[in-house]
Amino acid sequence: MSHTLSDHEVILTAGASSPGLVKPMNPPPPSYSPTLGNLVDKLFGWSAFAAACLTLLLLFGILLSLVIGAWPAIDAYGLSFLTRTVWDPVKNDYGGLVMIYGTLATSAIALVIAVPVSFGIALFLTELSPAWLKRPLGTAIELLAAIPSIVYGMWGLLVFGPILASWVQAPLQKWLTGVPYLGALVSGPPVGIGILSAGIILAIMIIPFIASVMRDVFEVTPPMLKESAYGLGSTTWEVVTQVVLPYTKAGVVGGVMLGLGRALGETMAVTFVIGNMNQLNSLSVFEAANSIASALANEFAEAGEGLHQASLIYLGLILFFITFVVLTISKIMLARMQRGEGAKS
Amino acid sequence: MSVAQPQASTFDDAGRLAKFQSRRRVNQLALFMAMSAMAFGLVWLVWILWETLRLGLSGLTWMALTEMTPAPNDLGGIANAIFGSLMMVTLATCIGTPIGVMAGIYLAEYAPKSMLAKTTRFVNDILLSAPSIVIGLFVYTLVVARFKSFSGWAGVVALSLIVIPVVIRTTENMLQLVPAGLREAAYALGTPKWKVILSITLRAARAGVVTGVLLAVARISGETAPLLFTALSNQFWTSSLSEPMASLPVTIFKFAMSPYQNWQELAWAGVFLITVAVLGLNILARVVTRREH
Repeated sequence: MSHTLSDHEVILTAGASSPGLVKPMNPPPPSYSPTLGNLVDKLFGWSAFAAACLTLLLLFGILLSLVIGAWPAIDAYGLSFLTRTVWDPVKNDYGGLVMIYGTLATSAIALVIAVPVSFGIALFLTELSPAWLKRPLGTAIELLAAIPSIVYGMWGLLVFGPILASWVQAPLQKWLTGVPYLGALVSGPPVGIGILSAGIILAIMIIPFIASVMRDVFEVTPPMLKESAYGLGSTTWEVVTQVVLPYTKAGVVGGVMLGLGRALGETMAVTFVIGNMNQLNSLSVFEAANSIASALANEFAEAGEGLHQASLIYLGLILFFITFVVLTISKIMLARMQRGEGAKS
Repeated sequence: MSVAQPQASTFDDAGRLAKFQSRRRVNQLALFMAMSAMAFGLVWLVWILWETLRLGLSGLTWMALTEMTPAPNDLGGIANAIFGSLMMVTLATCIGTPIGVMAGIYLAEYAPKSMLAKTTRFVNDILLSAPSIVIGLFVYTLVVARFKSFSGWAGVVALSLIVIPVVIRTTENMLQLVPAGLREAAYALGTPKWKVILSITLRAARAGVVTGVLLAVARISGETAPLLFTALSNQFWTSSLSEPMASLPVTIFKFAMSPYQNWQELAWAGVFLITVAVLGLNILARVVTRREH
């Protein structure tokens, strides 16, 4: 027993210069009280939990505060608010149809332009682009999403609007006046401000969102599927439309919905170029109009307490509800895509 | 694709050639359209950046950076707006980042598969794309209406609510990329969980977390909508957060919509500053991630 102990000591003091002077073992490191360590651990866990709950509560907080703020208007108009076209702060009478129409119309125009373009960009980036160009081009498109919306707005109002007016709107008007239906769509002053300009600028803003989701889902298509189709002699276009698109359709719809969600809620860019006029007399896309977000941006800070403010918050609630539904669809679609990916590969 | 018609079996060379030609034409047309779409996207980027540069640089003078916002047709600058923006963005980042990182840690490290985590993840994705003007409304009813005054604090709260989802998303994604072996090795040495997270996993994922924070800062530097009825704006220099506070985006909005020449020039100078800052932060964020991976 004593023998082994001395062995031990020799090993422990092996670094010492002379074997005769046996140094005592170093004291063990100071031990933290286990209860204190436990406490820190619990505290950390709780604060992480609290932070997660806070995020969750944020959504319900937003919903609740909007409902409470909008209550006078909900109480006064109910759902008929959605179909009323009056907006008259002087007589204190409000309805949301003009703004809801403006929001939906601008977003629709944006989607009509952005979806084919984004599809083209995604196709180019996944199938055509040489490898060394993929990254810089992808980054450039993503930077388009990073530009603040106020920059889009100011550029749209002062640079793009006048050009659109003289090069697109005036010729279109000359061309289509007198044609039934289409003529009515392009009536009104071609000044570069209105639903069409807002729609085009929204399209530019959502292209990067849709394009990068499409590119990402196109890229997860198993190469085996594509190569089989190429092996059978398909052209690139046939591979993309008949193999890649069917495989990724949930993801593509998810990406489009994500872009739509962005377009619906976009505020500043639209506020600059839509003209902020509450009218619904003419359905022309050249005519100035108003959207939910731009009505809020323009009027809310000055709105008096009471029905005016409540009606604006009601509009905000409607906007939040619409985007919530659209984004939920987007999320479900993208999740389905990811699940499918696991199942199929 | 088998075609069960008698014609297919007979070798109709002319017909097959025509079919092949038309397929090839469709393909070429489609690929040409794809290339045009790419060019279409790039044209806007270049055009916007070019106009910002051209009009912004001409308005960017020393006076614009050092003087207060002027009256219409008067000399002045946007110094108070720049200061207000810097202050609110800094504070919002300082408030939003810890909350976002902690929530991200919860989602990735504590209960990644629990019901709460799933719901939070879903809610977070919604908040990430929710209209920022609605955040402004929320903070208005929560802060401004309660204290009966627009204030810099309200603006800070609104901006930090936008920071949180961005940081949560990147933190969680980056923590999930940390190999499980690293965590297990630390646990095997008897390390308590909080220490494993702080000094092992979070440290391994720090580049990603920093990227998330940078992207969040870029996002809120350009946000206008949530500030319109929280921080409002202020014509004068103020460092007190309990008063209305000027910010660069709101000042640009006010000036750009005005008919006054000098206000529009200052707005362009502001747009230039914001664009440079936001794109710079975005590129920096990319560089940080790329160097690490």
